[in-house]
Amino acid sequence: MARAVSTRRKAGFTIAAWIIGLAIFFPILWTIVTSFKTEAEAISSPPSFVFFNWTTENYTTVLERSNYFRHFWNSVVISLGSTVLGLIIAIPAAWSMAFVPAKHTKNVLMWMLSTKMLPPVGVLIPIYLIFRDIGLLDTKTGLVIVLTLINLPIIVWMLYTYFKEIPGEILEASRMDGASLRDEIIHVLTPMAVPGIASTLLLNVILAWNEAFWTLNLTAAKAAPLTAFIASYSSPEGLFYAKLSAASTMAIAPILILGWFSQKQLVRGLTFGAVK
Amino acid sequence: MATQHSRSAARIMISPAVVLLLAWMIVPLALTVYFSLLRYNLLMPGTERFVGFLNYKLFYQNPAFWTAMINTLLLVGGVLIVTVVGGILLAILLDQPMWGQGVVRILVIAPFFVMPTVSALVWKNMFMNPVSGLFAEFAKAVGLQPFDFLTHAPLASIIGIVSWQWLPFATLILLTAIQSLDSEQMEAAEMDGASPLSRFWHITLPHLSRAITVVILIQTIFLLSVFAEILVTTNGGPGVASTNLTYLVYARSLLNFDVGGGSAGGVIAIILANIVAIFLMRMIGKNLDA
Repeated sequence: MARAVSTRRKAGFTIAAWIIGLAIFFPILWTIVTSFKTEAEAISSPPSFVFFNWTTENYTTVLERSNYFRHFWNSVVISLGSTVLGLIIAIPAAWSMAFVPAKHTKNVLMWMLSTKMLPPVGVLIPIYLIFRDIGLLDTKTGLVIVLTLINLPIIVWMLYTYFKEIPGEILEASRMDGASLRDEIIHVLTPMAVPGIASTLLLNVILAWNEAFWTLNLTAAKAAPLTAFIASYSSPEGLFYAKLSAASTMAIAPILILGWFSQKQLVRGLTFGAVK
Repeated sequence: MATQHSRSAARIMISPAVVLLLAWMIVPLALTVYFSLLRYNLLMPGTERFVGFLNYKLFYQNPAFWTAMINTLLLVGGVLIVTVVGGILLAILLDQPMWGQGVVRILVIAPFFVMPTVSALVWKNMFMNPVSGLFAEFAKAVGLQPFDFLTHAPLASIIGIVSWQWLPFATLILLTAIQSLDSEQMEAAEMDGASPLSRFWHITLPHLSRAITVVILIQTIFLLSVFAEILVTTNGGPGVASTNLTYLVYARSLLNFDVGGGSAGGVIAIILANIVAIFLMRMIGKNLDA
């Protein structure tokens, strides 16, 4: 007999889960609500949750006054650029490890992973000095390079676990039919690999968008993505809660939406296949 | 079977990734170790000279170093306790039958997608601010004295903020693991009259042990490097009360321009991370049948 679930029990779980879920989500909700207040209402006591004059003036101000679009664009270029570059480097590597495994494949994979364990602060100084000397400080190019390298192990690993699931017999068959390596990749492998590649892209864009060690340390006004732009609100300017909220809402909204689509990939990508 | 041709092609395809990662790992690492043996201050160019382990000795004798070490361990340990215990409870709850499960799950994992600077600033200004934060409002409403979190309990406050960011990760992974639990075993235990607590203790927890280990190890790697949250909330202060090793190295090298001393701290951070990494790699390696 399957476990019969009483409606009452289900209702209890529902209430408990919703209360906890809303509590965890509350800071985000509060940020969004505050972004529609005037500055005076944002710090009014007692705070009001719904009944205030909703306004979009903060969004207009943030967009007009700061170079919001530049920072937004920097975030887009840096996160997409580093992910796409990473994919270009990682796809051939993951492909060959998944389909032509050699004796040392496992060791190579493990070694790649170990580079991810390197704490960024351990290499901050040399990277900073090298970038300073060759003029890459505060450039999008510099950040794309660094973020590509720090996410490359995750990209290779995710692709590897996806490629592993493509049945090798199909490749064998196409090889028998005389397909060249190039044909094999373009016509056989790619269509089957697209979902895995898309998932990898999604997760890595999210990780790169939110990366806040290198972006804070290697950029100033020019190439700063949103992470660094928002950090500038920690100065007295941050006392403008409504504007901080509007800027924050715009910075997290796109990735929050993408993130909700990537729950499954998140587990896979960040545990390196150790939890399925 | 792979031919000789495809095997050499494979080697060519894998080499860009390997070469890049090798360079990324070896060049800066060697430079960090090298700098750590120099007296090297960016404000005094041209005065670099070899000083052996002096930087390590100075770092080690600096009381701030010990505070930072302890803070690093407290930060990692504190966040791990909150997220693992909270994550297990939350994962079990989310695994129960309920209405709107998908929506609740979306609400719970949302903080993981918020960039660290945003979450730190939102918590700092809109919740923990002693004058106008929501916590202060709440304290006033119930007749208590508002508490200045970031001044009087800076490290605990940062632990709270970081836990909020990582609880979703722990929950999501533990939930994935719980869902792979064999329900027949659970039903059998229930029929045999095992109490919910003993079912949790003897079936769920052992089943989760592997996932819990993975969560602990992966989070530790990331938590050793917490930086943005400290930078925008307390700047490591008051004094060095909320400075961790990562922040100390940053302050040493990029604020005080002491490249030698900062590098010595960087090497210590690498050693610390490696201790954790060895265990993590072993866990992952076991699961890999390449």
